[in-house]
Amino acid sequence: MTSSLFFNITTIAYFIAMVIFIVYMTSRNSAVGFGATLICWAGFAANTLAIGLRWREAYAMGFEQAPLSNLYESVVFFAWSILLIYLIFDLKYKQRSIDAFVIPFAFACMIWAQWGLDASIAPLVPALQSNWLTYHVITCFIGYAAFALACGVSIMYLIKVGKEEKSAEESPIGGLLGMFPSTKVLDDLNYKAIMVGFPMLTIGIITGAAWANYAWGTYWSWDPKETWSLIVWFIYAAFLHARFTRGWVGRRAAWLSIFGFAATIFCYLGVNLVLSGLHSYGGS
Amino acid sequence: MSTEQSFTDQLWDFFCSLKLAIVTLILLALTSIIGTVIQQNLDPQEYIQKYGMSESTFKALNSLQVFDMYHSWWFLSLMGIFAINLICCSIKRLPRIIKTVREPVLVADDGLFRTFSNRDEIVASGTLESVRDKVAAVLGKKFASPVVTEQDGKIHLFSQKGAYSRFGVYVTHSSILIIFLGAMIGNIWGYKAYVNIVEGKSVNQVWPRAGKEPIPLGFELRCDDFDVAFYEGGSRPKEFTSDLVVLENGVEVLKKRIEVNDPLSYKGLTFYQSSYGPAGDPIYRFQVKIRESGVTVPVSGQQGRRLPLPDGSSLVPMGFAPNYQNFGPAAQVNIVQADRKQGTPFVVFKNFPQLDEKRGGDYIVTLLDADQSYYTGLQVAKDPGVWVVWIGCLLMVLGSMGAFFLSHRRIWVVIQPLDKGVGVKFGGAAHRNQPAFALYFDELKKDLNDALAS
Ligand code: HEM
Repeated sequence: MTSSLFFNITTIAYFIAMVIFIVYMTSRNSAVGFGATLICWAGFAANTLAIGLRWREAYAMGFEQAPLSNLYESVVFFAWSILLIYLIFDLKYKQRSIDAFVIPFAFACMIWAQWGLDASIAPLVPALQSNWLTYHVITCFIGYAAFALACGVSIMYLIKVGKEEKSAEESPIGGLLGMFPSTKVLDDLNYKAIMVGFPMLTIGIITGAAWANYAWGTYWSWDPKETWSLIVWFIYAAFLHARFTRGWVGRRAAWLSIFGFAATIFCYLGVNLVLSGLHSYGGS
Repeated sequence: MSTEQSFTDQLWDFFCSLKLAIVTLILLALTSIIGTVIQQNLDPQEYIQKYGMSESTFKALNSLQVFDMYHSWWFLSLMGIFAINLICCSIKRLPRIIKTVREPVLVADDGLFRTFSNRDEIVASGTLESVRDKVAAVLGKKFASPVVTEQDGKIHLFSQKGAYSRFGVYVTHSSILIIFLGAMIGNIWGYKAYVNIVEGKSVNQVWPRAGKEPIPLGFELRCDDFDVAFYEGGSRPKEFTSDLVVLENGVEVLKKRIEVNDPLSYKGLTFYQSSYGPAGDPIYRFQVKIRESGVTVPVSGQQGRRLPLPDGSSLVPMGFAPNYQNFGPAAQVNIVQADRKQGTPFVVFKNFPQLDEKRGGDYIVTLLDADQSYYTGLQVAKDPGVWVVWIGCLLMVLGSMGAFFLSHRRIWVVIQPLDKGVGVKFGGAAHRNQPAFALYFDELKKDLNDALAS
């Protein structure tokens, strides 16, 4: 019973879920769709268990820290957050087919973590040992996961709207696209996901500031990671204002959402891999 | 006079516009990138070396304050425009919102109906009153109990939900201004400083990061003890702690052991553990056995001194490491013979007292103890604005949750007699998130149709 075993199971489950969802969308067999959702739940359970076991393993090694201490742990936690948001949206809005555009993000995280990242458990330096860090990371990642879902839904929107316009006169679109939710619903889901992500990111930035203030005596020091999280925040604030007050819906909102997620990914990874700063993920 | 008027009007409209808000948000996002790509606040020399820029490029960029861009005039102006934009926009809209909430329009005329993108008409049978009761029942059950107004032979129903959610946005927006205010208070009345205290000593002033004059504390701060612990098998510090004591007129008033994430606060000042270092040379205690004679003696003394041994030679402690190659405390020592001939330096470990015997030297040295005194490096922060910032943050979270997850939804119904049956005209609007309301309205339409068909 090691965490790595369950991380393997998680990766495989997400892969199978992805494949079955494609089968579901071509076959339109709702039993298949239900099976795929079950596998998502199973993968989510394995992911949860794996993170929990890893937590215990760190404690057994004498490091009293939440399993959010390095890039590997944050990437598998990101996969977990994506599933969390997806499953909540699935329960609430019952749009099963968005899975095919959301689970790949989680699968990509798991594959990258397992093949490309150092999975060893290392102690945190004193400056990073704090509960604020845990709250900060959790809220940020749930925010990022919601933006991932918004991005997936926006891609679906753009595909569907493109096809609809082309085949407007012909018979209603069938096949894969027929299983997509209507463009109205996709557009709404995009907004709904950002509505979840934006307050989460806000809380993430605030807990990060609280943590910095507690540890270093300054709540804001314009280090690249902080600044990028603010950039992402500005982009989604612009999204909300443009949508709400200037009627930017549909295609433009979808593009803005994809653009926002690209900035999110840069904030998460690019800053560490490309720029330098106080934050410790990445390099080490 | 009139052109002046129109100029202020124009200015006002400019600062009230949402286009300006979106443009400012995007400009803030874009310009912020600069400071993440070009490291901030380095020495001029470093820029020229690191980025390989010429002197003239450096001067040009420096005059644009690119190297401290988050405090540059143009970035602060952008923030200022942002704040003014928010204030003007709120002043312009707030009275109308208060009116909307306080005095809802109970009777919708045709003009108002035409503005609804969600509207429909049903022709029902029965009397005006029975239709009114059916509609009121559906609204009450699925939405909110309606206010009924009878006017000109028509019956008007008005229902609303979440009227106060209209203020969520204003709470969010004022929270941004409150955070700005807190940051300004901190910048004007606060400071950042540092101080090093040697174990056992005390200080009564600190040195600001920018500026040369020390700032008096008004009380005394003493460091009784400093400790550093390392991770097993490594030289990474696990934690370092200082025992601090606050003294007022020589009387102890507060005692605390601080560590990296657990500072001491007193009188609006916060002392953070940030660094440490050795203060002076350590004092060593050794036991030395002379192999030839078997005599064992304790010796002790400071680094670099010659500590005499009974046979005329001496032991010289040369250096100390708190955790040498993962084997714990170690000292490097040398033996100087009576004729002043120096031997080869060697290392002895406190945790492995037997080890030196195996070296096979003429003297078997055991390190008993090394007392390294340290200084503790503290950061000192005074920020009287920080509470204002936290209050702003709290309001922002609450306000934006309110703004997002609640919306002001209103539904109007007009029931009027037609030539044949009773006409039910209904329409509605949500002040935000229209797509969701449209879906909701479709549901309601079905419910009304079902109710009126029966
Ligand atoms: C980054 C800073 C800002 C944040 C976090 C913010 C937040 C919000 C939020 C959460 C909403 C509700 C959006 C929705 O319902 O979907 C909103 C609406 C709005 N915002 Fe902002 N805002 C910001 C800056 C500004 C600025 C600078 C202006 C300048 C005029 C502005 C004007 C408005 C207006 C007019 C509304 C619609 C209000 C109404 O009448 O209901 N916002 N804002």
